[in-house]
Amino acid sequence: MLSLKNLSVSADSKQILQDINLEIGPSEIHCVMGPNGSGKSTLVNSLMGHPKYSVDAEQMSFQGKDLQELEPFERARLGIFLAQQYPKEIPGVNFLNFLTAAFNGCHSEIESFKPMKAFKMKKKIMPLLEDLNLNPDFLKRYLNHGFSGGEKKKAEILQLQLLDPNLALLDETDSGLDVDALRIVGEGVSKFVNSEKSVLIVTHYQRILEYLKPDFVHIIKDGRLVKSGGADLARKIEKEGFNWV
Amino acid sequence: MNDAIFAGLDREVFDKHNDYAYQDQFDKGLNEQLIRSISKDKEEPEWMLEFRLKALQEFRELKFPKWGPDLQDLDLEQITYFAKADANKNAKSWDEVPDDIKETFEKLGIPEAERKVLAGVGAQYESEVVYHKLKEEWEGQGVIFEDCDIAIKKYPELFKKHFMKCVPVRDHKFAALHAAVWSGGTFLYVPKGVKLTEPLQAYFRMNAPGQGQFEHTLIIIEDEAEAHYIEGCSAPKYGENALHAGCVEIFVGKNAKMRYSSVENWSKDTYNLNTKRAVVAENSTMEWVGGNMGSGVTMLYPCTILKGRGAHADHLGIAFANEGQLQDTGAKVICAADDTSCNVVMKSLSKAGGISVYRGLLKVMPNCKNVACRVECDALILDEISRSDTIPDMQILSDDVSIAHEARAGKINEDDLFYLMSKGIEEETAMAMIVNGFIDPIVRELPMEYAVEMNRLIELEMEGSVG
Repeated sequence: MLSLKNLSVSADSKQILQDINLEIGPSEIHCVMGPNGSGKSTLVNSLMGHPKYSVDAEQMSFQGKDLQELEPFERARLGIFLAQQYPKEIPGVNFLNFLTAAFNGCHSEIESFKPMKAFKMKKKIMPLLEDLNLNPDFLKRYLNHGFSGGEKKKAEILQLQLLDPNLALLDETDSGLDVDALRIVGEGVSKFVNSEKSVLIVTHYQRILEYLKPDFVHIIKDGRLVKSGGADLARKIEKEGFNWV
Repeated sequence: MNDAIFAGLDREVFDKHNDYAYQDQFDKGLNEQLIRSISKDKEEPEWMLEFRLKALQEFRELKFPKWGPDLQDLDLEQITYFAKADANKNAKSWDEVPDDIKETFEKLGIPEAERKVLAGVGAQYESEVVYHKLKEEWEGQGVIFEDCDIAIKKYPELFKKHFMKCVPVRDHKFAALHAAVWSGGTFLYVPKGVKLTEPLQAYFRMNAPGQGQFEHTLIIIEDEAEAHYIEGCSAPKYGENALHAGCVEIFVGKNAKMRYSSVENWSKDTYNLNTKRAVVAENSTMEWVGGNMGSGVTMLYPCTILKGRGAHADHLGIAFANEGQLQDTGAKVICAADDTSCNVVMKSLSKAGGISVYRGLLKVMPNCKNVACRVECDALILDEISRSDTIPDMQILSDDVSIAHEARAGKINEDDLFYLMSKGIEEETAMAMIVNGFIDPIVRELPMEYAVEMNRLIELEMEGSVG
């Protein structure tokens, strides 16, 4: 589904990632771990097309389509979703209107699709909010504005469920959460996985992996993918750190 | 849902002009003969003719402002100062308005807004008011809402007592010009204790090329009264200069509240040199909410004089400077009593080489105690070739004051744009969302229908912003 061959990424003429090779197939869960500053966030942000990064790759494709020339919104419309580590607060942009625009955008290439109005979208979203234990008043607020860390992460899971992509890139969506919020987020992600979707999750912790069983664990260190393995690799990292890799 | 009223506005609605053969009967340029013929045409009292002639003299003596935008290209001899279409004045039914003019206002959404949300409407076309009506229920409470041409005859004392008393003739060159050639506009009187719960609207439309419009707005809010007045305007684009030099004077009594909203969308070849001022008595509030989207050159600085103890002013404004536009706008507040306060929030956008300037004056008179003022200017610059300047002037002559001034200028944040786009939203839509978000704190103060109109106008300005 996602195919990366010799992917190198730089920002401000500084090399961040080098020669990354990664294949993600349908219904696969991939977990990326690595020390701080090793380039994990850069990987998922450059996959989504953040303008800050310049990409050089032999191949960077999704479902057979070359991603390199595509704008972020075109990648989203192909079915890639990114939950950023620190979702942006955008004052003045109403959360419900944002969700409506995102939903209509992601479905705009379906021929029979008619854009949904905000009040109909609200009906669709209400049960999702309840599952995530988010107050319906959130819909009236500005996008992520004044949301707590946990609420921001939940808001990303809400978008994941609403937009229903084929591949979710989750950048530390589990960090900064208390036990209850982690459970809600974990269950949200596992619900998504059970519908035969693929996930690439960047994480520091084993905890989230109680909710989703990774098929592959990759270690990124100093901008290189240095090791890949199964779920046991994540457990070893949690116990022993990255120094042995 | 009321969102249909102004949601369909597009360039064609503003730019389509009607026949203007009537303009041939009126000469270009400014002279004593013109002033006499305006006054005669209106069958004005003698004092007004003398007033106008004196103002013409003042206009000739006064110099162009030495600061602000360059007005060299404005050829005052090429302007038609007075013209009227072949229409009756002050119709009370839209059916009495000539078809082409009626259609223009219908496309602008005015009769529909009148039916759905307003207490009354005035519609001016060139120099004359073609429609003016107030709902009967408000008439019954003593509210007066008339064309100024009518008010000077029907309410001579009230009119004369206030006319050009808030903005003196010698205030500046274009105030004097206005006083000499003024025509039409609105007179609003709200008696003591009457609270107008629905807004009133006046719409000013120029149609012919090279036209000038000089409507006078005189608003008197008595003690404990409340009103909300909305002003809209537009003109087709011809490629020759048009001039708008209106004048708004507002008198707010004690314990009263007045809100003045305007959605300005003159054509890009209009010089908008407008004067707006309010005098506010004890414990009253004056609110200005304005959006300046149109005009080639704008000089507009609504002013509030806080004359009574505890008076308060809010100035909320948006200016959008697109290609070739210079939006020189701002706010003036003069605190002349104890316990007065003000809140000024100005948001400007510049795009495609447009220049927006915030020019503000905050003056606290000597010995005024417990004065609190806050001024906030935010500028969003949408590309590399556009500009924004902030020129605040603070004259604080008292010690017992709390003053806060914040100014920010920035570009659209790349990370914000990426966040929206990464969720499937196209770049142009994402930019429009951020821009609308930027001005939302101001737009949300407008009634819903007018918020829709303002957002729609911003959307039109944003078209083609993604290269």
